Amino acid sequence: MERLIQCIADNVVSPLGLDSLSNYESVKAGKSGLKRYESMGNVQTPFTLSRMDRQVIDEACCRLGIPEGQYTFFEKMLLASTIQAVGKAGIDASDKRVLFIVSTTKGNVSLLGDPAGFPSDRVLLGKAASQITDWFGNPNSPLVVCNACISGVCAQIEAMRALQSGKYDYAVVTGADEQSPFIISGFLSFKAISDDFCRPFDKDRRGLNLGECAATVVLKAADSVSDDCWELVTGAIRNDANHISGPSRTGEGSYLALMETLRCCRPEDLAFVNVHGTATAYNDEMESIAIYRAGLIDVPVTGLKGYYGHTMGAAGIMESILSMYAVMDHTVLATRGFARQGTTYPVRVSPELRETDGRQFIKLLSGFGGCNAALLYRLNGKW
Amino acid sequence: MGQLDYVILESDRAVVSGRVLEHESSGNAMLAELYRAHIADWPKFFKMDTLSKVGFVASELLLKELGEKRCESEEYTQNRAVVLFGTTASLCADKNYQETIQDRDNYYPSPALFVYTLPNIVTGEIAIRNHYRGETSFYVVEGADAAQMAFHLSCAFADDSTQSILAGWVDSTANDDFKSFFTLVRREDVGGLEAKLKTIMNNLNI
Repeated sequence: MERLIQCIADNVVSPLGLDSLSNYESVKAGKSGLKRYESMGNVQTPFTLSRMDRQVIDEACCRLGIPEGQYTFFEKMLLASTIQAVGKAGIDASDKRVLFIVSTTKGNVSLLGDPAGFPSDRVLLGKAASQITDWFGNPNSPLVVCNACISGVCAQIEAMRALQSGKYDYAVVTGADEQSPFIISGFLSFKAISDDFCRPFDKDRRGLNLGECAATVVLKAADSVSDDCWELVTGAIRNDANHISGPSRTGEGSYLALMETLRCCRPEDLAFVNVHGTATAYNDEMESIAIYRAGLIDVPVTGLKGYYGHTMGAAGIMESILSMYAVMDHTVLATRGFARQGTTYPVRVSPELRETDGRQFIKLLSGFGGCNAALLYRLNGKW
Repeated sequence: MGQLDYVILESDRAVVSGRVLEHESSGNAMLAELYRAHIADWPKFFKMDTLSKVGFVASELLLKELGEKRCESEEYTQNRAVVLFGTTASLCADKNYQETIQDRDNYYPSPALFVYTLPNIVTGEIAIRNHYRGETSFYVVEGADAAQMAFHLSCAFADDSTQSILAGWVDSTANDDFKSFFTLVRREDVGGLEAKLKTIMNNLNI
């Protein structure tokens, strides 16, 4: 019998809060972490960013018993999130049947510009991830998923498969990225960043905002569905095979990934599709095409970039967690920044909160390298 | 399992299923030499970073060895995944890009360099070349471990669409310093996969 994969604990560390519930309540209240910055280091062009207050992270680390000076900012974000999620799950993370999967795009890359006294191999993603497994005394070599902006969804899909195989009983899936001049200058060079608040799916959208966040889910393999549990039902990764830095004009990979997840649910059973919604001209247009082609044009659509910016390695995990809290609250979260329909196909996106009775949602992401990923979560039981 | 088909590329060595490929140059120049001698019809090659060049040339040599013809049929394009592993990921491209932003007086970030600071771009380059619309993934690990790679490759077959995986290892720490192997894993080959990877890795010092 196939094992069922449950999400048993979660955490989000962001400028909007240090746990999932406070993040959800902030977003529901319409708060955003985005602020305009005039410069950062050698980056002398204005941009809007959701930046984590370093002092807040240091204080959180202090409370959690993480020693000063031993970990980079990126690692501190991951530790602050995983320690809280693992504590909530009540599992022994030092057990060999617990697998750690880390989702990040650039990890400790800022050490290339400023080593800050850390050994040079710390810039290797495997080395950074092992700081987390070593903290918990976990004997398995961590897997780092590095699939650009879709990493957080891919990491959950890979955890689901690893648990279904029977080799592991729990997976701690965590993701984060630090927004250093390295990433900001790169997105600026692509002319993809807006200096104003991003406007997902809006007619006047002018680009994305970046953001900092760490998010963690603890997944468990179970032989049967217990009451009131979140089940990670399925997921798929597909490539556009079109362009390394531009989305497909037909939304090919996102469409194929959506169709794969729709083998396990009907469109009318979905509370919403939580989209990537970066607010670049091309991404949102592409997603509207994929959603239309997949027969989901009547399903509510919601995006969270107006609250958090694009949090890269954390995005797939944090946006899945916020979606779970929204479903439990019978709510489709408002898409902050959206005002007027601005895509060829009129997806059901709204600047207001909406009600829903749906108990399932799809999380959709796309990224550089032509990659796209979708996964399906379902709330089981009486809730 | 019949003959073991694989490709190994190192800075000064190219091997296809046990046969050494002749070449005069080494490093990046060797990649260009192999491209001209065995591929030659994909000028985008010259725009790629080293990691992508290595993955591209290795995948092309392997597909040629397997005698596969590129085509647009759904069976061919949607059933093939590309799953790669490495320890240093995009470090070479990261260092090259960092140089362009390190000094305020000499600040010239370029999108063409920045895009290659994502290691999964090499999987995208291979997908574009072959019209693969299946899964593409790049996993970073602490070291080359055949058991760990075999496990995660076997996990990829949990996706019912995936019938075969263009799988491999690719690392590049500098423009002329790289190590890679590529092989094709079919759904029915999963049983002996760890042993197969070990055999290939014994020929490559990783």
